[in-house]
Amino acid sequence: MTLLDSFTSSRATEPRAERPINTEVASNAALILEDIRIDQGDRPLVSLDARIAPGEVLTLMGPSGVGKSTLLAYIAGFLAPAFRARGRVLLDDTDLTRLAPETRHLGLLFQDPLLFPHLSVGGNLAFGMPREGSRRERRRRIEAALEEIGLAGLAKRDPETLSGGQRSRVALMRVLLSRPRAMLLDEPFSKLDASLRHEMRSLVFARVHRLGLPTLMVTHDAADAKSAGGPVIELGGAS
Amino acid sequence: MVFFSPTIRALPWVAIALLSLPVAGGLAGVLAPALGWLPALGGHELTLEHWQTLAATPGLADMVRLSLTTGLASALISLAIVMLFIGAFAETRALALVRRLLSPLLAVPHAAAAIGIAFLLTPSGLASRLISPWPSGLDTPPDYLFPGDPWGLGLILGLVIKEVPFLLLMSLAALPQCQAQSRLRLARSLGYAPLTAFAKAVLPGLYPLIRLPVYAVIAFASANVEVAMILGPTTPPPLAVAVVRWINDPDLTMRFVASAAALLQLGVTLAALGLWWLGERLVARLTQAALTDGRRHSGDRLWAGAGGLTTLLAVALLGGSLVGLVLWSLAAWWPFPATLPSPLSLHAWRGAMPGLKEPLAQTAVIGLAATGLSLVLAIGALEAEHLRGRGMAAWAELVLYLPLVVPPVAFLFGLVQLQVQAGLAPGAMAVILAHSLFVLPYVFLSLSESYRRIDPRWAQVAAGLGHSPASRFMRVRLPLLTVPILTAAAVGFAVSVGQYLPTLLMSAGRLTTLTTEAVSLASGGDRRLAAVYALMQLLLPALAFALALTLPRLLMHRRSGVLNP
Repeated sequence: MTLLDSFTSSRATEPRAERPINTEVASNAALILEDIRIDQGDRPLVSLDARIAPGEVLTLMGPSGVGKSTLLAYIAGFLAPAFRARGRVLLDDTDLTRLAPETRHLGLLFQDPLLFPHLSVGGNLAFGMPREGSRRERRRRIEAALEEIGLAGLAKRDPETLSGGQRSRVALMRVLLSRPRAMLLDEPFSKLDASLRHEMRSLVFARVHRLGLPTLMVTHDAADAKSAGGPVIELGGAS
Repeated sequence: MVFFSPTIRALPWVAIALLSLPVAGGLAGVLAPALGWLPALGGHELTLEHWQTLAATPGLADMVRLSLTTGLASALISLAIVMLFIGAFAETRALALVRRLLSPLLAVPHAAAAIGIAFLLTPSGLASRLISPWPSGLDTPPDYLFPGDPWGLGLILGLVIKEVPFLLLMSLAALPQCQAQSRLRLARSLGYAPLTAFAKAVLPGLYPLIRLPVYAVIAFASANVEVAMILGPTTPPPLAVAVVRWINDPDLTMRFVASAAALLQLGVTLAALGLWWLGERLVARLTQAALTDGRRHSGDRLWAGAGGLTTLLAVALLGGSLVGLVLWSLAAWWPFPATLPSPLSLHAWRGAMPGLKEPLAQTAVIGLAATGLSLVLAIGALEAEHLRGRGMAAWAELVLYLPLVVPPVAFLFGLVQLQVQAGLAPGAMAVILAHSLFVLPYVFLSLSESYRRIDPRWAQVAAGLGHSPASRFMRVRLPLLTVPILTAAAVGFAVSVGQYLPTLLMSAGRLTTLTTEAVSLASGGDRRLAAVYALMQLLLPALAFALALTLPRLLMHRRSGVLNP
């Protein structure tokens, strides 16, 4: 069990109270990207060699088209057949490279919250939770998770009826409830307006740090990198 | 769910086999008897004698000519109407409205539309009643031959009414693929009038995308049986109708001639396609210079008017047919030139009820089974694409059109002969499989666009949350597609309800459906009963579309994201 800051729906950017949360940490392994090289046909596209410590956020920056998202897709296990890749993805000593995407336990956050429209808000959270515990226990954990992001009592709501910021928070909670062992963020804040962006950044990074999740973030926005506080790698232009 | 991926990966091959084997086997099954070999009927040696008999048939040249002209003319007119309509109404509300009406229009069975048009335009039909006795001055029905005019004009009309919605649907689906909107806006900003902009900037990119559907229309129109039986000339009829007559001839040796004629029908359809192809070259060459001559206006008002007028006419014809059918079904005594029958009576409906039960049940069972099978195969083929991360090969897409391009009368009759030769009993299973040949392509075409458009990140998010491919399919992708899947099911069901020839041939005439009954009643004397059957034929697909529309709203009324993706 780890302590995690609570979040209220006001413009709270600093943790105000601490309470136990129901997203336990599965492990505190480092995410190791060992000499990864991706080619598109015969053309080398992108390469990366990095070790991301637990709780650290590594930011990849660079113009569009340098293969940032392709790299993320490879790490998550979704590389399109048009690409060829070498190199390994490890969590400490565990090699993920040959595993199916669903067994890698890498939490994904995209620029869109992608809440499943056929499920309720609570259903979306339940979709991410491991299959364990009684129904009442699961429901209790969903309620607690919603309370943490200032959405108490909204479990039965249609996701379409939430505001943009609320949806982003539910998407974050959904990932955390699945107990990921590392996080992959694909321009996660780029579609939010300025104030919401600020709010979501602190929310995401605070949790990543506290849960000790190694995190890889791809972004255009230098402010994201600054807010993450970790190392930054420039792709494309620099090399 | 270890078997999930292998099962899904196998389904496209099952679909390909289902579509191609019967067509290939059916053609082989008609080739052998055409050359005299059909041991079941005592044909043991190869001979060209049946071709000679066929060639000596009086009126054969007229039959071939009719098939060619009605096929090509109806395709040309349909294509012209669709292109004028899209060109004149692109980016307007009218187009959005029509887009919503399309699926139900597509669902109108060919036979029902043909019966409606026949009853509307016949000398004593609703149309001539509306202008009599004033202003036409007629108090007896005018004297002209309709349906069944010797030039096949009625047949062309009936085919056009049914082909326009299909081509419109395929064109609207293709528009985004050729960046129609930006092309159009670019041309408009360069000073081109709307229709000229459409013709010069969009059409050259759009036509190649709808070429296959156009070929399917030509093939269908040149080999159609049920519309031709209702609206076409009878002596001589178009070739496909003659083939069916010979197939049903009590003299079984006529089956050899029928086989030869079925192959001739294949040749006629291929010839129609070849002529169209030559026409395409010619048009491309003749218009090449005009594309870049810089003219901004080429009779835009005139063409836009023509587009609006023809569309209006088509809608009026369909609407008038429907009203006519309803009136006929409620008529007891309806002397010319009374506009309305009086009194209105439910006599025809009451009289038809006992007889309706069996065809209604057969139609529904066959339709549901064929639709279910087709849905499984279509969804399987599309999910396999998703699993492979690659679209389907071009040749596989062609296989989809195989049953739509090869004349059904040719390969279905071949299948019947194989059935006879193998000693298999004709029946419901054979009918359901034969229906699936025509249902599957439509279900696939209706579903594929939405299926391929689902954001891959939905599945990626689910995988990141620990869900297996089977779970991602069942719990994410299928629910997201609730609306398009139900729509595709309704389209498939409607296609099955409308099938005439597969039911007739594969059941050896032993199964009666609403369509087989309606077609045989149409040529009989009782317009009231024929109207009742035509309306029932309309009602069943309409019910399917109503269900497809309301079910998701009932089941997912608080999930607006699924209902309005």
